[in-house]
Amino acid sequence: MNKAQFGSPWMPYLLLAPQMLIIAIFFLWPAAEAVRSSFYLEDPFFGTGTFVGLDNYRDALSASDYRRTAIFTGIFVFLVSLLSLSIGLMLAVSADRVLRGKSTYKTLLMWVYAIAPPVAGLIGVMLFDQHIGPLVDFAAIFGWDYRIGVNYWDTGITMIIVATWKQIPYNFIFFLSGLQSIPKSVKEAASIDCSSQNRRFWTITFPLLAPTSFFLLILNIAYAMFETFGMIDLIVKDQPGNSPVTLVYKVYRDGFRGNDLGGSSAQSVILMLLVLVLTIVQFRLIEKRVHYN
Amino acid sequence: MTTLRIKNVFKRYPNGAEAVKGVSVEVGDGELVVFVGPSGCGKSTLLRMVAGLEDVTSGEIELSGRVVNDLEPAERNIAMVFQNYALYPHMTVRQNLAYGLKNRGTSKSEIDSKVEAAGKLLQISDFLERKPSQLSGGQRQRVAMGRAIVRDPAIFLFDEPLSNLDAKLRNQMRLEIKSLQRRLKTAAVYVTHDQVEAMTLADRIVVLNNGLIEQVGTPAEVYSRPDSTFVASFIGAPPMNLLSATLTDAGAQLGDQVLPVQTSLRGDVQLGLRPERIKISQSGSGASIEVTIVEELGATRLVHGIVGGQNISVAVDAELPVPTGQAVISFRPDDAHFFHATTGRRL
Ligand SMILES: Nc1ncnc2c1ncn2[C@@H]1O[C@H](COP(=O)(O)OP(=O)(O)OP(=O)(O)O)[C@@H](O)[C@H]1O
Ligand SMILES: [Mg+2]
Repeated sequence: MNKAQFGSPWMPYLLLAPQMLIIAIFFLWPAAEAVRSSFYLEDPFFGTGTFVGLDNYRDALSASDYRRTAIFTGIFVFLVSLLSLSIGLMLAVSADRVLRGKSTYKTLLMWVYAIAPPVAGLIGVMLFDQHIGPLVDFAAIFGWDYRIGVNYWDTGITMIIVATWKQIPYNFIFFLSGLQSIPKSVKEAASIDCSSQNRRFWTITFPLLAPTSFFLLILNIAYAMFETFGMIDLIVKDQPGNSPVTLVYKVYRDGFRGNDLGGSSAQSVILMLLVLVLTIVQFRLIEKRVHYN
Repeated sequence: MTTLRIKNVFKRYPNGAEAVKGVSVEVGDGELVVFVGPSGCGKSTLLRMVAGLEDVTSGEIELSGRVVNDLEPAERNIAMVFQNYALYPHMTVRQNLAYGLKNRGTSKSEIDSKVEAAGKLLQISDFLERKPSQLSGGQRQRVAMGRAIVRDPAIFLFDEPLSNLDAKLRNQMRLEIKSLQRRLKTAAVYVTHDQVEAMTLADRIVVLNNGLIEQVGTPAEVYSRPDSTFVASFIGAPPMNLLSATLTDAGAQLGDQVLPVQTSLRGDVQLGLRPERIKISQSGSGASIEVTIVEELGATRLVHGIVGGQNISVAVDAELPVPTGQAVISFRPDDAHFFHATTGRRL
């Protein structure tokens, strides 16, 4: 950037100020507040807190409830990322092979992405509804008595399916544009060098999609961890406490339903550290990522 | 023996475009045949049908005596060099060269020795562990050639392999391709729109126009006996002069000028004269020319003028004096070509 472009040396800072202000008000301040209160035993009725050091962390990490939630979150994130990435890739590969009606196909698949998360959650929940849900009827054919909000794993599976369903279009779009950015002549050279289409996919197409895949993997992990909040809220809202939730949802539930602000803060600080690690990994990968051509 | 036989091949693309409209041509063993023609004449399409990258609408393609219309590209025993090199960006040069062999189940030691040999032949041994992105355009082109060579194919297919290189490198690589092909004695089809490349590389040239063959012949034949005005103006630089003339007992009548020619033809024709076969002098006998512009080309000069109301250009040795104003031109009567006035076919 050429410095001479700005009349005053303060100009760039002035232009950045609104963004900085937003970051400060909506991220830095609450984050600092969370870190502070994670060391206190807060009085829920706005009294003064008592400094308890790392007690909140110790309590959170040693609670069996926390571990159970962490395990579910791990399974949830793993399955949602894996399923939505692999299904998105599969759809993108078939869409890439379709010659006619490509754009129609694309539009249809992208529609789901245009749906707001709570609405997607609502539709998903309706599909699994005890009385009107077609998927529940479908499961019943196989003798599976599907009970959301009653059976822990039935609820968990619903969450995984709805979250995956919502994320597939996003992955599809990125994979499709990744596929389409592979030069036609490279694919053609490969078709001369290798007769097996399957082998060509794994030796040429897939490695060339690696940058896209890394990027999507990080985004999908972040999505599954944090952005599924609305959908989970919808599914577990009026159910008893025995439903699986993710760590993010637990922060909310412990803090705002359970009024344990200190413990909830400690949990959210742990999550912040997790995000930090994820971000570092992402930057590392971006740095290392081969820039083809 | 014939390596490649293209028999009455048509190609219509799904959008209705007719790219190739009935082409038959053969490539003999060890022969280098160049398909040349203007942009959009269907030369890439024809080559890609040989490679199996495009379906043949009708007609037959025969490689080493076997019809390959329904074979996959990888099953045809061909190797192709693309204009933009089409190297695999995530593989090293060595892996690029080895990829095709590996997929065909060649043993590791044989792959290694083939890759080393190709590396030496193309002087890319020092780059074998690099990725394509770390190579210059010329080096990438060599790798693309190497990838074709290691396969030991029945035929090489080149689609404008040099057009992404600068002029100097292009000339150098052109020579290298030619000597390499001579050495390997492998048949090759080379597609280009550059007539200089076609003339210098080819054992035989196939001139294509609008999906049809205009002429097939050695570079000398195509140059000295063009079958049509299209070939006459496409092959040779500067292009042949094409003048509307009427043949009479006195000679070729151009406006008020009569040029002496030897022919039994009579009536309206297109008269073709190569600029380098015309002599021009300030005075003497011959048709008179009004010189308008002189272009310096280094070794030669291109003199533009008007004869009998029509534009004509004459190539003159740079040593000779520059004619100005009114001058005269002459040529050997058998250097004149006659083409049909409307169809443009050779008479
Ligand atoms: N995939 C395609 N679909 C439809 N029409 C095509 C396709 N590829 C080529 N064509 C048409 O077929 C004709 C021949 O194209 P081709 O690529 O063979 O030309 P070319 O002689 O190689 O020209 P250039 O020198 O520009 O490469 C053109 O009119 C082109 O528009
Ligand atoms: Mg072409």
